[in-house]
Amino acid sequence: MSPLPADVAELIGKVQYEETGDFPVERGYIWTSAASVENGNPLFWDDAVADEITGGPIAPPTMLSTWFRPHHWAPGRTTQALPLQVHFDMKERFELPEAVMSDNSLTFYEPVRPGDVLSTRQVLRSVSDEKTTKLGTGRFWDIDVEYRNQRGDLVGVESWTGFGYRR
Amino acid sequence: MSPVLLSDVKEGFELDPLSYDVNATTVVLGALATRDWRPQHHDYHFATERNGVQDIFINAPNQAAWFERYVTDWTGPRGRLGRMRFRMKGSVFPGDTMVFTGAVTGTEVDDAGCGWADLEVTVKVGDEVKTTCSARVALPMSDDDNPWSRGGDRWKP
Repeated sequence: MSPLPADVAELIGKVQYEETGDFPVERGYIWTSAASVENGNPLFWDDAVADEITGGPIAPPTMLSTWFRPHHWAPGRTTQALPLQVHFDMKERFELPEAVMSDNSLTFYEPVRPGDVLSTRQVLRSVSDEKTTKLGTGRFWDIDVEYRNQRGDLVGVESWTGFGYRR
Repeated sequence: MSPVLLSDVKEGFELDPLSYDVNATTVVLGALATRDWRPQHHDYHFATERNGVQDIFINAPNQAAWFERYVTDWTGPRGRLGRMRFRMKGSVFPGDTMVFTGAVTGTEVDDAGCGWADLEVTVKVGDEVKTTCSARVALPMSDDDNPWSRGGDRWKP
C-alpha cells in the first residue's frame, strides 16, 4: 500500500466537525419515517405503549443521522451545507466527482426522545489505495460519527464506508 | 401479539419473509423522511445521467429504517436493536419488489444478563441480493423483562 498524502494522513483519527443539530428531535419526522417504511411498531404510534415500555415516546433508533442532515436552505447561507462533511472533503481532496456509500454500521445506546437536541462529531478512520470497481476508479474511506444528547449521553455511533470515484 | 422471548428462538430460526413493491413514491418518501435531499433519490435525470444507474434509488438511511421495521415486526416493541451493519451490493429502484428474509445466526446472554439474538437479513429483488444486514437485537428473557429498561453498564450492544 502506498502512503497517504500527508494532509490526509494527519486527519486519520482526528475529531472534526463537532456540531449541534439544526433542530430538536420531533415527532413529525418520527411519524414520517415510520410511515415511509410502514413501520407499525406501537412505540412510535401509541403513547400508552411507549410510556409502559420506553418511559415515553422515542425515535426509531435508525433515525440517528436524520437529525443531522442540514436544512436544504437557510437564511443567510450562501453555500449548500453538506451532511457527513468528511465524506465530501475526501471527494474534493482526491478530485473524485462521484461517490456512493457501500457499508453502514450503527450501534445504539440511550434512546433518542422528542425534544432531545443531539450533537455529533466525525472521525476519519481510514482511506484506501486507489481501486477499480464496476462503478469506476477511486478510493474507499471509513468515517465514524458519534452522537450524544444534550446531557452528554452517548446515543449512537454510526460508521460509514464511502467510495469516491470517477467513471 | 405475544412478545418474542429469547427462549423462543435458536440458531437457524427463520423470520417470515416481507415482500414490498417499490415505486417512485417509496424512494422519494424515504429520502425526504431521512432529510436526504441528494438528487439521485428524487431526480431521474440526475440518477441516470450523472450516477449512471437505471433510475432513482432507495437511500442508505431509509434502508436502515426498512431493516429496523423488518426486525421489530418480528420481535414486537420490547425488542431493542443494539447494532446493525449493512452492505449495499446493488440499488433498489421503482418497479422492484423487495423481498426481506432473515434468520437467527446465534443467541446469547451477555455478562450484564441481557439476552441477544443475532440475525442475518437479506433483501433480494428477483434472484439478485441487493443488501445484506447483520443485526443484533435484545430480546426479553421473560414476560416481565424489558431490554429498554437497561442503560449504562447494563446495556452493551
